[in-house]
Amino acid sequence: MSASPQPRLAQLGPGWPRIGPVGGFWMLALVASFVLAAYGKAWTAALGARWAMKYPAGWRLSLKRDISAFMDWLIEEASFGLFTFTELTRGLAWLIERPYELAVSLFATGFLQGLGSEAVQVLPPLSWIGVIAVVVAMGHYARDWRLAAFVGLCFGYLAVFGQWDSAMVTLSSIVIAVPFGVAGGLLLGIAGYRWPWFERAVTPVLDLMQTVPIFAYLVPILFLFGFGPVAALVATIIYAMPPMVRVTMLALKSVPEEIKDFGRMAGCSRRQMTWKVLVPSAKPGLMVGVNQVIMLSLNMVIIASMIGAGGLGYDVLTSLRRLDIGGGLEAGVAIVVLAVALDRLSQAFAQRSLPEHDDRPRSLLQRHPWSATVVLVILGSGLAGVFAPALQSYPEGAQVTTGAFWEGLVRGINVNFFDELEALKTFMLVTFLVPVKRFLLGLPWPWVILLLGVAGWQLGRWKLALLTVLLAFFIVANGLWPKAMITVYLCGVSVVIAGLLGIPLGILAAQNERAGRIVGGVIDTLQTLPSFVYLIPVVMLFRVGDFSAMIAVILYALAPAVRYTAHGIRALDPQLVEAGVVAGCTRRQLLWKIKLPLALPEIMLGLNQTIMLALSMLVITALVGTRDLGQEVYIALTKADTGRGIVAGLSVAFIAIIADRLIAAGAQRAKRRLGLA
Amino acid sequence: MRGALLSERPVKLACRGVWKLFGPGAEGFLRDHGGAPARAAIDAAGLIPAVRDAHLDVRQGEIFIIMGLSGSGKSTLVRCLSRLIEPTAGEILFDGQDLLRAGEREMIELRRHKMGMVFQHFALLPHLTVLGNVAFPLEVQGLPRAEREARAREVVELVGLQGREGYYPRELSGGQQQRVGIARSLAVEPELWFLDEPFSALDPLIRREMQDEFLRLQSLLHKTIVFITHDFDEAIRLADRIAIMKDGEIIQTGSPEELVVAPSDDYVAEFTRDIPRAKVLTVGSVMTPGDGSGATAGEVAASDRIAEIADRVEAAQRPHAVLDDDGRVVGSIGRAAVVDVLIGRGGRS
Repeated sequence: MSASPQPRLAQLGPGWPRIGPVGGFWMLALVASFVLAAYGKAWTAALGARWAMKYPAGWRLSLKRDISAFMDWLIEEASFGLFTFTELTRGLAWLIERPYELAVSLFATGFLQGLGSEAVQVLPPLSWIGVIAVVVAMGHYARDWRLAAFVGLCFGYLAVFGQWDSAMVTLSSIVIAVPFGVAGGLLLGIAGYRWPWFERAVTPVLDLMQTVPIFAYLVPILFLFGFGPVAALVATIIYAMPPMVRVTMLALKSVPEEIKDFGRMAGCSRRQMTWKVLVPSAKPGLMVGVNQVIMLSLNMVIIASMIGAGGLGYDVLTSLRRLDIGGGLEAGVAIVVLAVALDRLSQAFAQRSLPEHDDRPRSLLQRHPWSATVVLVILGSGLAGVFAPALQSYPEGAQVTTGAFWEGLVRGINVNFFDELEALKTFMLVTFLVPVKRFLLGLPWPWVILLLGVAGWQLGRWKLALLTVLLAFFIVANGLWPKAMITVYLCGVSVVIAGLLGIPLGILAAQNERAGRIVGGVIDTLQTLPSFVYLIPVVMLFRVGDFSAMIAVILYALAPAVRYTAHGIRALDPQLVEAGVVAGCTRRQLLWKIKLPLALPEIMLGLNQTIMLALSMLVITALVGTRDLGQEVYIALTKADTGRGIVAGLSVAFIAIIADRLIAAGAQRAKRRLGLA
Repeated sequence: MRGALLSERPVKLACRGVWKLFGPGAEGFLRDHGGAPARAAIDAAGLIPAVRDAHLDVRQGEIFIIMGLSGSGKSTLVRCLSRLIEPTAGEILFDGQDLLRAGEREMIELRRHKMGMVFQHFALLPHLTVLGNVAFPLEVQGLPRAEREARAREVVELVGLQGREGYYPRELSGGQQQRVGIARSLAVEPELWFLDEPFSALDPLIRREMQDEFLRLQSLLHKTIVFITHDFDEAIRLADRIAIMKDGEIIQTGSPEELVVAPSDDYVAEFTRDIPRAKVLTVGSVMTPGDGSGATAGEVAASDRIAEIADRVEAAQRPHAVLDDDGRVVGSIGRAAVVDVLIGRGGRS
């Protein structure tokens, strides 16, 4: 009797995998790695095989130079017959610049006549009251008065706290980048839906685009379009488009088959099918993509301040360079406020229920009360602004600056808690970061590639083994191995800590509804913030260096670990849990013997996402002085060295791809073992 | 409407030797096997036979029902008939013209003007109102707004949804949504009306109401109908003729009565076993043939269903005379024959 639940439980939950021959191999490999890391350098030197530790410069590929030469050729000589490549980029720039100038005039500078300092304002920009009226109206239209009040307050904050002008420059970039990104993504997505070969061709490109670090985009764009807002916009559009392409293909595919059949039976032509049946039916799904484009655009517009996008990102960047704590935090908070407002607003539009029927016949004005009011407010405040400037632009005298407050706060923390913070930093560096770094840098590269190949072979046979080995060798052959190892080390420690924090949080969120709501809310907000923002407090408290980078990466990459764990546990078949309860499991046993093992594949996917985010953030932390591949890209950016930037960017992407393919294959395998696939 | 008259009407839609095999290289495979591969060969080639060698004749103004359980290939067959799915082989003749030879443009024109289809899950466009949905096929044809909305209003009224023109699909009940689906499919005044399990997603009570509504509409419009269902009761209730499908094959085609009286195999017999015979069998099939000599209590028509006359015949002491369509006496029917049918005892069933 007493023994009976035991075997049954073993059937219910798969239990943790036991150490078999495969596990044994990896234990041995780990021990061997430790030995190699410690003595590898001496041994290889003794054997005369120094190349195994340091890839000889003479063997390197000349890819960097080739790419740079190619870019030079593109700019100086390439021609399509009718026009040259330079003319093409100029044409594109012109296409984007016109609407951008209009947007900037509308939101920020007003319409000017004349050049430079002699310019005369012909027409003022939208008044701050007008802009707030617009967002309030949008909030109410998209959901309700609460959202309207919320976004109104957010924009009010920008005005009161003196961030209005920069915020409006940032907003004009977004207002221009988003339609381009959405339209481009939609068209590519439709093409991918219609022609399967196009989808097959475009999917790997999208994969690569989403793993190549942001900075790497900037380098060639800087090279082609020069420094300035247009280059920043081009980068933003390219960066924000891939998710829209994916979402479009997915949304069109998930339009019910019957609706597609109906469209054909009604005799739709292809064009009618696309624009009258598929796209409107897929609208809710497409709106999710629009939200993503908006948030990614914001993220990128902030980062693109490095190649000439003005606005809030530029304020943060200059403050960081000047170590102006107050100014940086002020602009950072403004970015957060803007991000949250835009996210809530666009999500509300995405979830907005379909219109209700309305049979009452009404006039145009009655049907559009909001548009009419908004137009009145804009015109009214604009006209009144001529006589009372306070209505046009928020009076400077009434602005509140929080710079001093932030400065004082940070200084206070640094003065009062300096020892504690410093002790924490030193402890982490000495006991964790530095040993891991030494270990990874001490490994001979052939050994690492060998292990990667074995792992690939175990999880996905020849195809995966070949892929991992080739991608890893690409990094070696371009002489980037040590930097790549530093990237792996920083990424690795951050992911480990993010996992250690995130998985328990995810479990908590899944087990306890209230905790779930709170954790979910915090995570959602963390994810809407542009990656740049994370750097600000970290640098203020810990100054530059690996430790600061690690903290920023952890904060940025925490979300998926929490979210996937919570989802994996929540999505379990309740019957399995009930079976455990009936078998007499305690809560702890339920968690360890049933829930966690079964949620393992999902948790692995969460960690996979964490790695991807960590890598993308890691590159940005180059700004706070890491020595990894991100730094390489950043240096390339400052020197506009396209080849160097692209090769380093690709190396980061390849690390991401290796990790992604291995983990995805592992998760798939675990799923199959559990019968969930 | 039933029986002899039907077989004299022209064939509106015919399908000849239609095959649909899913899987790579299906066409070549079919050609290599002389157009009629054996079941085992299809399985061995890794192909999935959704429709195998289907032959049908749907006559003008007929309600032709294709009945089968899920996976029997009925949905694939109706999609082959409307060419939503490209058959692997065969001919689909619509008014004698082979649809499979029609070009894309031609097919679009045919669908715009001559075909209508109703779907199981309604397939209404979520962003359009009732009126917008019903007018949609006309919009696609390029009709001006006023004209198409006027026509749409007519059809909306025909299905009893007047007053709801401005509603969105999700504001309507399932039954009302399907009324919109029906109205929409009728808006172009199609000659050929496909209904793919139109009432399967509805509650039983609503389903019954919609079946009555469907019969009412058909009595007004006289469309040529191909109706798909997995519900044999529904098929019996609505059909002029039924084709029963199993594993991609049509195993029997006939009137409800023929299926009940002479099932071609055990599979069909299994379906018909629990059908109340009195609702299916006609007087003609159970009467005692004769010239009507002898005393009778009254007259019934040979085409009457037993259920319709059981009460009268059972109450009478003497048998009733049976008349054919021309009013000639062709036999008689007595209490015993009716009771036999009602309790399902022996006899000719």
